Amino acid sequence: MKINKFFIGGLLILGAVVYLIVSSTASTSEYFLTINELHAKGSSIVDKNLRVAGAVIGDTVKYDPATLTLTFEVAHVSGDNAQLETEGGLAKALHQAVLDPSRERMTVVYVGPKPDLLRNEAQAIVTGHLGADGIFYADELLLKCPTKYEEAVPNQAG
Amino acid sequence: MIADFGYGVLVVTLLVTLYSVFAAIYGESKKSAALVESARRAMLLTWPLLTLAAGILIYLLINNHFEVQFVYEVTSRSMPTYLKVTAWWGGQAGSLLFWSWLMSAFASLVTLRKWDRDREFLPWVIVVACVTLAFFLGMTIFFENPFAQLFQTVDGITPHTFQPANSILFTPQDGRGLNPLLRHPGMVIHPPMLYLGFVSFVIPYAFAMAALITGRTDDRWIRITRRWTLWAWLFLSAGLVLGSRWAYDVLGWGGFWGWDPVEIAAFMPWLTGTAFLHSVMIQEKRGMLKHWNMLLIILTYDLVIFGTFLTRSGVLSSVHAFAQSAIGPLFFGFIGLTLVTSVALIFYRWGALKSETEMTSMLSREALFLLNNLLFISILVVCFWGVIYPLISELFTGQKVTVGPPFYLRATGPLFAGLIFLMGIAPLSAWGHSTIKTIGRALWKPAIGAGIITVLLFFYYTRNLYAILGFFLIALVILVTLYEYWRGAYARQKAQGENVFVAFWNLTKRNRRRYGGYIIHLSISLMAIGILGINLFQKETQGTIGINDSIQLSGYTIKYKDVASWDNDALGVNFTRATVEIYDKDGHLLGDLHPRKDFYFDSQQPMTIPGQLASLKDEVYIILIDWQPINQASTTFKIFVNPLINWMWIGSLLFIVGIIIAAWPDEDPERVAVRAGKELKQTSAAD
Repeated sequence: MKINKFFIGGLLILGAVVYLIVSSTASTSEYFLTINELHAKGSSIVDKNLRVAGAVIGDTVKYDPATLTLTFEVAHVSGDNAQLETEGGLAKALHQAVLDPSRERMTVVYVGPKPDLLRNEAQAIVTGHLGADGIFYADELLLKCPTKYEEAVPNQAG
Repeated sequence: MIADFGYGVLVVTLLVTLYSVFAAIYGESKKSAALVESARRAMLLTWPLLTLAAGILIYLLINNHFEVQFVYEVTSRSMPTYLKVTAWWGGQAGSLLFWSWLMSAFASLVTLRKWDRDREFLPWVIVVACVTLAFFLGMTIFFENPFAQLFQTVDGITPHTFQPANSILFTPQDGRGLNPLLRHPGMVIHPPMLYLGFVSFVIPYAFAMAALITGRTDDRWIRITRRWTLWAWLFLSAGLVLGSRWAYDVLGWGGFWGWDPVEIAAFMPWLTGTAFLHSVMIQEKRGMLKHWNMLLIILTYDLVIFGTFLTRSGVLSSVHAFAQSAIGPLFFGFIGLTLVTSVALIFYRWGALKSETEMTSMLSREALFLLNNLLFISILVVCFWGVIYPLISELFTGQKVTVGPPFYLRATGPLFAGLIFLMGIAPLSAWGHSTIKTIGRALWKPAIGAGIITVLLFFYYTRNLYAILGFFLIALVILVTLYEYWRGAYARQKAQGENVFVAFWNLTKRNRRRYGGYIIHLSISLMAIGILGINLFQKETQGTIGINDSIQLSGYTIKYKDVASWDNDALGVNFTRATVEIYDKDGHLLGDLHPRKDFYFDSQQPMTIPGQLASLKDEVYIILIDWQPINQASTTFKIFVNPLINWMWIGSLLFIVGIIIAAWPDEDPERVAVRAGKELKQTSAAD
């Protein structure tokens, strides 16, 4: 009898936690795509929650400080770690992606302060949605700069 | 040359560590006290050795030895010396060495204690500490050598531990320098604090394992490690708070916690550690939940290893991913191995860990503590799910799906609210048996007080339902805690005839764990005020304005006065500094702010430093976005008003004070008893 009381209480909590996790996952999850995958999906993913990673093309970065509107293009980078390794690591893969004009590209629009880490060949991870115009409207912009800090070999040095 | 010597020292340390493991196990199995003593001495040797290795690395860092790859990556000529020293933990290889150094320091500290009463734990504590140390040393030596040097061969320049054939040493002119974002006082002490917390949790784990192996499964191991656990918790908490403060001051997005996988990785051992701190009390007082405590400390240990790995690797996309490496599989192997072995030991001792009493009342202290544990573990499960969900979804659907901050806020919000509610009622419950009536008797006055405060807030501050509920719970906890404190002091004052302040002081001194705990509860409530404030009421705006123009936000007027830009060649930085004046509703000048943008030439990267005007009510937080260098005609600012945020930092400071009060060493009562016994014997021998 006593055990039952605690057992039922435990079950209730467990149920509540499972409900919280499942419902929160369902309502907030974002598809994590590469640019090739994004383009392959076509219009079926317009207005869905998305997260896309790509290499920032430095020449395309435009910033309008009056409206805080940041526009830039990103080039396709593989999302597969093994593939990145064969390309010589993330830094080299990003470098290649920016140089290669045949890579698929995507235009990103973000409104907010221009992030300190935004630069040529940085890896951008943008969260937001794809507009019907094919432009990605980002709510959140994460940047990684492997070229500067974690490149294994100092090619340009000396 | 000197780098090779440093590497040699690391190799010797690894051999000494392995010897220590071997001697402890073999000595224990042969019942040879001499061998165990030899193991203990070997372990004591590791700290001087690692200090030497660290000293060599620091020497290389300070003296611009850029032929060493690690030095090249994390320092540059323009960095001041103190930053060069702290660059020790600015990259993965150095961090791992730092970890090992702390591990051996703590292991040495714990072996220097008096072991008379628990000699049988000693060999196994040595084994666990040294196996952990050996793992990190092995990582450093075989995969992440901080002493690897750059060599020029026909294939280009590559780092090597040993000079390859037909190569010459390559010394770059200058290093790449520490990422400017990391050149901040918060960042200088945040990693060591976090690591101190991480590493000191290994000690209670080592004792738990020793207890399981030797079969001494009473609460002895918990009593020995209670202070260790509190200090570990202190450092881990301080590390988390400092990291938040760094993010708030440096990352310039107006917040302090982004539910980034790396933040979560540091938060997860804190969750299990906090649950552990509470649930060991049940074992001490009631002899229950012994399996559970073992499981919690094992989880904490493996989450610490997981956290160390995650904070320094690029496995999950994160703003923290300043480092990347291929040591992941080894880390997961080690975590898997220790987890399976430890859990197997629990099953091996299953019978011995049986509870001595049964839980009967749903409202007893132990039942509420158990509920608190379940909530902490639920938050852990939510966090863990969020972190690994991309991996799981990819495995099952081939599609990577991630979750972001909204997921964590939505899923953990009710759980945190539940924890705050428990903080309000658990201190009023009794061990063994409580009823709604007994709790209600102590609760009704604070509850009425909290109700009045909530009604006032409803009319004068906010109509937001979540905020009202949150503030009610927070007010309840604060009032309950203060009331309990006051009742204790009042009783003392009457019984002892002390004045109020002396009574408060003595009350705390007599039961530091309890009243330190109350202070911690109070501080968590204050932090919760700040967290509610910034999450529910943050206001933001932006604008491009000319000199003497202004922007309004939340009753504040922000007036732009001036912007100046200049180079500092010694530091290699260009500074741009704006001056803005802040006025309140009635037009009173509150102060000048100086939001800045620093541009670091060596890394070609800007760093944004907000201007902050803090008060208890809110904080004006201004970021300089853009400016016209010539005519200063238009300058763009982003402005946040963060209500109540400073309660977060006030709460954090009080939190640290609370832990120090609870953890402050007092004389071990058993040793006092032993000493008294000895004196007794001496006097009787003299008779």
